[in-house]
Amino acid sequence: MQSREDYRTDFAGLGRSSAAPLRIELGRRYRFAASHRLHTEALSEEENARVFGKCANPYGHGHNYMLEISVSGEVDPATGMIANLADLDSFVEREVIEVFDHHSLNEDVAAFRDVVPTTENLCIEIFKRLKRFPKANLERVRVQETTNNSFEYAGE
Amino acid sequence: MVLITRKIEFSASHLYNNPELSPEENRRVFGKCNNPHGHGHNYALEVTVAGEPDPVTGMVLDLKELKEILEREVMQRMDHRFLNYEVAELKGKIPTCENIARLIWELLEPKITKGRLHRVRLYESADLFADCYRNGAGGV
Repeated sequence: MQSREDYRTDFAGLGRSSAAPLRIELGRRYRFAASHRLHTEALSEEENARVFGKCANPYGHGHNYMLEISVSGEVDPATGMIANLADLDSFVEREVIEVFDHHSLNEDVAAFRDVVPTTENLCIEIFKRLKRFPKANLERVRVQETTNNSFEYAGE
Repeated sequence: MVLITRKIEFSASHLYNNPELSPEENRRVFGKCNNPHGHGHNYALEVTVAGEPDPVTGMVLDLKELKEILEREVMQRMDHRFLNYEVAELKGKIPTCENIARLIWELLEPKITKGRLHRVRLYESADLFADCYRNGAGGV
Protein backbone atom coordinates (compact mmCIF):
# COMPACT_ATOMS: atom_id res chain seq x y z
CA MET A 1 0.00 0.00 0.00
CA GLN A 2 1.07 3.58 -0.57
CA SER A 3 2.31 5.45 2.45
CA ARG A 4 1.01 8.88 3.33
CA GLU A 5 4.43 10.37 2.53
CA ASP A 6 4.47 8.98 -1.02
CA TYR A 7 1.04 10.34 -1.59
CA ARG A 8 1.90 13.89 -0.55
CA THR A 9 5.24 13.99 -2.33
CA ASP A 10 3.95 12.76 -5.62
CA PHE A 11 1.07 15.15 -5.85
CA ALA A 12 3.47 18.07 -5.60
CA GLY A 13 4.76 17.13 -9.07
CA LEU A 14 1.35 16.97 -10.74
CA GLY A 15 0.44 19.62 -13.23
CA ARG A 16 3.99 20.42 -14.37
CA SER A 17 3.77 21.10 -18.08
CA SER A 18 5.22 23.14 -20.89
CA ALA A 19 3.18 25.62 -22.89
CA ALA A 20 -0.54 24.99 -22.67
CA PRO A 21 -2.16 22.97 -19.91
CA LEU A 22 -3.45 19.47 -20.47
CA ARG A 23 -7.17 18.99 -20.74
CA ILE A 24 -8.80 15.82 -19.55
CA GLU A 25 -12.31 14.73 -20.46
CA LEU A 26 -14.21 11.77 -19.12
CA GLY A 27 -16.34 9.86 -21.62
CA ARG A 28 -19.20 7.58 -20.71
CA ARG A 29 -21.65 5.54 -22.79
CA TYR A 30 -25.24 4.64 -21.99
CA ARG A 31 -27.96 2.82 -23.86
CA PHE A 32 -31.71 3.18 -24.14
CA ALA A 33 -34.41 1.85 -26.40
CA ALA A 34 -37.23 4.09 -27.58
CA SER A 35 -39.74 4.53 -30.35
CA HIS A 36 -40.46 7.55 -32.47
CA ARG A 37 -42.25 8.75 -35.55
CA LEU A 38 -40.91 11.50 -37.76
CA HIS A 39 -43.90 13.54 -38.78
CA THR A 40 -44.95 17.15 -38.53
CA GLU A 41 -48.32 18.87 -38.65
CA ALA A 42 -46.61 21.66 -40.58
CA LEU A 43 -46.48 19.47 -43.70
CA SER A 44 -49.17 17.65 -45.66
CA GLU A 45 -49.36 13.85 -45.46
CA GLU A 46 -47.74 13.61 -48.90
CA GLU A 47 -44.92 15.94 -47.92
CA ASN A 48 -44.38 14.05 -44.64
CA ALA A 49 -44.14 10.81 -46.59
CA ARG A 50 -41.74 12.38 -49.07
CA VAL A 51 -39.49 14.00 -46.45
CA PHE A 52 -39.46 11.31 -43.78
CA GLY A 53 -40.11 8.16 -45.82
CA LYS A 54 -40.64 5.03 -43.70
CA CYS A 55 -39.93 7.09 -40.59
CA ALA A 56 -43.35 8.72 -41.06
CA ASN A 57 -45.25 5.41 -40.84
CA PRO A 58 -48.22 6.18 -38.56
CA TYR A 59 -47.52 3.85 -35.65
CA GLY A 60 -43.83 4.67 -35.33
CA HIS A 61 -40.83 2.39 -34.91
CA GLY A 62 -37.93 2.05 -32.48
CA HIS A 63 -34.17 2.07 -32.08
CA ASN A 64 -31.54 0.96 -29.62
CA TYR A 65 -29.90 4.29 -28.99
CA MET A 66 -26.36 4.68 -27.69
CA LEU A 67 -25.59 7.90 -25.87
CA GLU A 68 -21.97 9.01 -25.41
CA ILE A 69 -21.23 12.02 -23.24
CA SER A 70 -18.00 13.85 -22.45
CA VAL A 71 -17.48 15.97 -19.35
CA SER A 72 -14.51 18.10 -18.41
CA GLY A 73 -13.21 19.60 -15.19
CA GLU A 74 -10.36 19.46 -12.74
CA VAL A 75 -9.15 16.00 -11.81
CA ASP A 76 -9.57 15.91 -8.03
CA PRO A 77 -6.21 14.75 -6.64
CA ALA A 78 -7.93 12.94 -3.77
CA THR A 79 -10.01 10.72 -6.07
CA GLY A 80 -8.20 10.92 -9.42
CA MET A 81 -11.55 11.71 -10.99
CA ILE A 82 -13.22 14.59 -12.83
CA ALA A 83 -16.55 13.45 -11.45
CA ASN A 84 -17.57 10.49 -9.37
CA LEU A 85 -19.03 7.95 -11.78
CA ALA A 86 -21.81 7.01 -9.39
CA ASP A 87 -22.95 10.67 -9.31
CA LEU A 88 -22.74 11.00 -13.09
CA ASP A 89 -24.52 7.70 -13.71
CA SER A 90 -27.37 8.46 -11.32
CA PHE A 91 -27.84 11.93 -12.85
CA VAL A 92 -27.96 10.52 -16.40
CA GLU A 93 -30.25 7.72 -15.23
CA ARG A 94 -32.71 10.22 -13.78
CA GLU A 95 -32.52 12.90 -16.48
CA VAL A 96 -32.29 10.74 -19.59
CA ILE A 97 -32.61 6.99 -19.18
CA GLU A 98 -35.75 7.01 -17.03
CA VAL A 99 -37.33 9.62 -19.30
CA PHE A 100 -36.56 7.97 -22.66
CA ASP A 101 -35.90 4.27 -22.13
CA HIS A 102 -38.78 2.07 -23.31
CA HIS A 103 -40.89 5.10 -24.10
CA SER A 104 -42.35 6.71 -27.17
CA LEU A 105 -40.42 9.93 -27.69
CA ASN A 106 -43.42 11.53 -29.42
CA GLU A 107 -46.02 10.52 -26.86
CA ASP A 108 -44.12 10.42 -23.59
CA VAL A 109 -41.58 13.27 -23.73
CA ALA A 110 -43.00 16.78 -23.41
CA ALA A 111 -40.14 18.33 -25.44
CA PHE A 112 -41.27 16.37 -28.51
CA ARG A 113 -44.97 17.29 -28.44
CA ASP A 114 -44.34 19.89 -31.13
CA VAL A 115 -40.80 19.08 -32.18
CA VAL A 116 -39.92 16.22 -34.54
CA PRO A 117 -37.93 13.65 -32.53
CA THR A 118 -35.08 13.29 -35.00
CA THR A 119 -31.78 12.27 -33.48
CA GLU A 120 -30.54 15.84 -34.09
CA ASN A 121 -33.30 17.16 -31.83
CA LEU A 122 -32.76 14.30 -29.39
CA CYS A 123 -29.10 15.34 -29.05
CA ILE A 124 -30.12 18.92 -28.30
CA GLU A 125 -32.71 17.82 -25.71
CA ILE A 126 -30.25 15.48 -24.00
CA PHE A 127 -27.58 18.18 -24.00
CA LYS A 128 -29.99 20.63 -22.30
CA ARG A 129 -30.86 18.05 -19.66
CA LEU A 130 -27.28 17.00 -18.91
CA LYS A 131 -25.83 20.52 -19.01
CA ARG A 132 -27.40 20.90 -15.56
CA PHE A 133 -25.06 18.27 -14.08
CA PRO A 134 -23.57 20.21 -11.19
CA LYS A 135 -20.27 18.38 -10.68
CA ALA A 136 -18.56 18.67 -14.09
CA ASN A 137 -18.89 20.58 -17.32
CA LEU A 138 -20.75 18.82 -20.13
CA GLU A 139 -18.67 19.19 -23.30
CA ARG A 140 -20.76 17.30 -25.84
CA VAL A 141 -23.20 14.50 -26.45
CA ARG A 142 -23.12 11.98 -29.27
CA VAL A 143 -26.16 9.84 -30.01
CA GLN A 144 -25.93 6.78 -32.19
CA GLU A 145 -29.34 5.92 -33.60
CA THR A 146 -28.09 2.80 -35.36
CA THR A 147 -24.55 1.60 -35.84
CA ASN A 148 -24.57 3.51 -39.14
CA ASN A 149 -25.86 6.91 -37.93
CA SER A 150 -24.56 9.12 -35.18
CA PHE A 151 -25.14 12.75 -34.26
CA GLU A 152 -23.22 15.15 -32.02
CA TYR A 153 -24.09 18.37 -30.26
CA ALA A 154 -21.82 20.54 -28.15
CA GLY A 155 -24.13 23.47 -27.45
CA GLU A 156 -24.55 26.58 -29.57
CA MET B 1 -3.69 18.73 -41.34
CA VAL B 2 -4.32 15.00 -41.12
CA LEU B 3 -5.07 12.97 -37.99
CA ILE B 4 -3.65 9.47 -37.70
CA THR B 5 -4.75 7.07 -34.97
CA ARG B 6 -3.12 3.90 -33.73
CA LYS B 7 -4.85 1.56 -31.30
CA ILE B 8 -3.28 -0.87 -28.84
CA GLU B 9 -4.73 -3.00 -26.08
CA PHE B 10 -3.26 -3.98 -22.75
CA SER B 11 -4.48 -5.74 -19.65
CA ALA B 12 -3.71 -4.53 -16.17
CA SER B 13 -5.00 -4.57 -12.63
CA HIS B 14 -5.55 -1.72 -10.21
CA LEU B 15 -7.45 -0.57 -7.15
CA TYR B 16 -8.55 2.80 -5.87
CA ASN B 17 -7.49 3.72 -2.35
CA ASN B 18 -6.56 7.09 -0.89
CA PRO B 19 -4.51 6.59 2.30
CA GLU B 20 -5.64 9.99 3.55
CA LEU B 21 -9.25 8.79 3.77
CA SER B 22 -10.67 6.36 6.31
CA PRO B 23 -11.56 2.83 5.16
CA GLU B 24 -15.24 3.82 5.32
CA GLU B 25 -14.68 6.92 3.20
CA ASN B 26 -12.62 4.95 0.68
CA ARG B 27 -15.46 2.49 0.43
CA ARG B 28 -18.04 5.22 -0.01
CA VAL B 29 -16.07 7.17 -2.63
CA PHE B 30 -14.63 4.27 -4.64
CA GLY B 31 -17.13 1.46 -4.09
CA LYS B 32 -16.06 -1.91 -5.52
CA CYS B 33 -12.93 -0.29 -6.96
CA ASN B 34 -11.64 -0.16 -3.37
CA ASN B 35 -11.60 -3.96 -2.95
CA PRO B 36 -8.22 -4.57 -1.34
CA HIS B 37 -6.74 -7.07 -3.76
CA GLY B 38 -7.61 -5.09 -6.87
CA HIS B 39 -9.28 -6.08 -10.12
CA GLY B 40 -8.40 -5.76 -13.79
CA HIS B 41 -9.45 -4.41 -17.15
CA ASN B 42 -8.68 -4.83 -20.82
CA TYR B 43 -7.65 -1.31 -21.64
CA ALA B 44 -7.80 0.02 -25.19
CA LEU B 45 -5.63 2.99 -26.04
CA GLU B 46 -6.13 5.19 -29.10
CA VAL B 47 -3.30 7.58 -29.85
CA THR B 48 -3.95 10.30 -32.42
CA VAL B 49 -1.15 12.30 -34.03
CA ALA B 50 -1.76 15.42 -36.14
CA GLY B 51 0.43 16.63 -38.95
CA GLU B 52 0.99 17.23 -42.63
CA PRO B 53 1.89 14.25 -44.83
CA ASP B 54 5.54 14.29 -45.88
CA PRO B 55 5.62 15.10 -49.62
CA VAL B 56 8.01 12.24 -50.36
CA THR B 57 6.66 9.40 -48.19
CA GLY B 58 3.03 10.55 -48.01
CA MET B 59 3.12 9.85 -44.26
CA VAL B 60 2.51 12.09 -41.25
CA LEU B 61 4.80 9.73 -39.36
CA ASP B 62 6.00 6.19 -39.80
CA LEU B 63 3.39 3.98 -38.10
CA LYS B 64 6.08 1.43 -37.38
CA GLU B 65 7.90 4.05 -35.34
CA LEU B 66 4.72 4.94 -33.45
CA LYS B 67 4.14 1.25 -32.79
CA GLU B 68 7.62 0.96 -31.29
CA ILE B 69 7.09 4.02 -29.09
CA LEU B 70 3.80 2.58 -27.83
CA GLU B 71 5.45 -0.78 -27.19
CA ARG B 72 8.28 0.78 -25.22
CA GLU B 73 6.40 3.46 -23.31
CA VAL B 74 3.04 1.82 -22.69
CA MET B 75 3.06 -1.94 -23.27
CA GLN B 76 6.30 -2.67 -21.44
CA ARG B 77 5.30 -0.41 -18.58
CA MET B 78 1.65 -1.38 -18.12
CA ASP B 79 0.70 -4.62 -19.87
CA HIS B 80 0.01 -7.42 -17.39
CA ARG B 81 1.04 -5.19 -14.50
CA PHE B 82 -0.59 -4.08 -11.28
CA LEU B 83 -0.73 -0.34 -11.97
CA ASN B 84 -0.64 0.78 -8.32
CA TYR B 85 2.49 -1.19 -7.47
CA GLU B 86 4.41 -1.65 -10.69
CA VAL B 87 4.15 1.65 -12.54
CA ALA B 88 6.46 4.07 -10.77
CA GLU B 89 4.86 7.17 -12.31
CA LEU B 90 1.48 6.27 -10.80
CA LYS B 91 2.82 5.92 -7.28
CA GLY B 92 0.84 8.19 -4.99
CA LYS B 93 -1.90 8.71 -7.58
CA ILE B 94 -5.23 7.00 -7.93
CA PRO B 95 -4.90 5.00 -11.18
CA THR B 96 -8.16 6.19 -12.71
CA CYS B 97 -8.71 6.45 -16.43
CA GLU B 98 -8.15 10.21 -16.13
CA ASN B 99 -4.76 9.83 -14.43
CA ILE B 100 -3.54 6.99 -16.66
CA ALA B 101 -4.54 8.90 -19.82
CA ARG B 102 -2.64 11.91 -18.53
CA LEU B 103 0.44 9.83 -17.74
CA ILE B 104 0.35 8.23 -21.19
CA TRP B 105 0.17 11.72 -22.72
CA GLU B 106 3.19 12.82 -20.69
CA LEU B 107 5.13 9.71 -21.71
CA LEU B 108 4.32 9.95 -25.41
CA GLU B 109 4.39 13.68 -26.13
CA PRO B 110 8.19 14.11 -25.95
CA LYS B 111 8.78 10.93 -27.99
CA ILE B 112 6.67 11.96 -30.96
CA THR B 113 8.93 14.04 -33.12
CA LYS B 114 7.06 13.92 -36.43
CA GLY B 115 3.64 15.53 -36.24
CA ARG B 116 2.33 16.36 -32.79
CA LEU B 117 0.30 14.40 -30.32
CA HIS B 118 -3.34 15.42 -30.74
CA ARG B 119 -5.34 13.11 -28.49
CA VAL B 120 -4.87 10.20 -26.12
CA ARG B 121 -8.06 8.23 -25.53
CA LEU B 122 -7.94 5.44 -22.99
CA TYR B 123 -10.88 3.04 -22.68
CA GLU B 124 -11.16 1.17 -19.39
CA SER B 125 -14.22 -0.60 -20.77
CA ALA B 126 -16.41 -0.12 -23.82
CA ASP B 127 -18.51 2.36 -21.84
CA LEU B 128 -15.89 4.36 -19.95
CA PHE B 129 -12.96 6.33 -21.30
CA ALA B 130 -10.84 9.42 -20.74
CA ASP B 131 -9.50 11.81 -23.38
CA CYS B 132 -6.39 13.91 -22.94
CA TYR B 133 -5.56 16.93 -25.11
CA ARG B 134 -3.15 19.78 -24.87
CA ASN B 135 -4.94 23.10 -24.84
CA GLY B 136 -8.46 23.45 -26.16
CA ALA B 137 -8.03 20.93 -28.92
CA GLY B 138 -10.92 18.87 -27.56
CA GLY B 139 -14.08 18.15 -29.40
CA VAL B 140 -14.80 16.57 -32.71
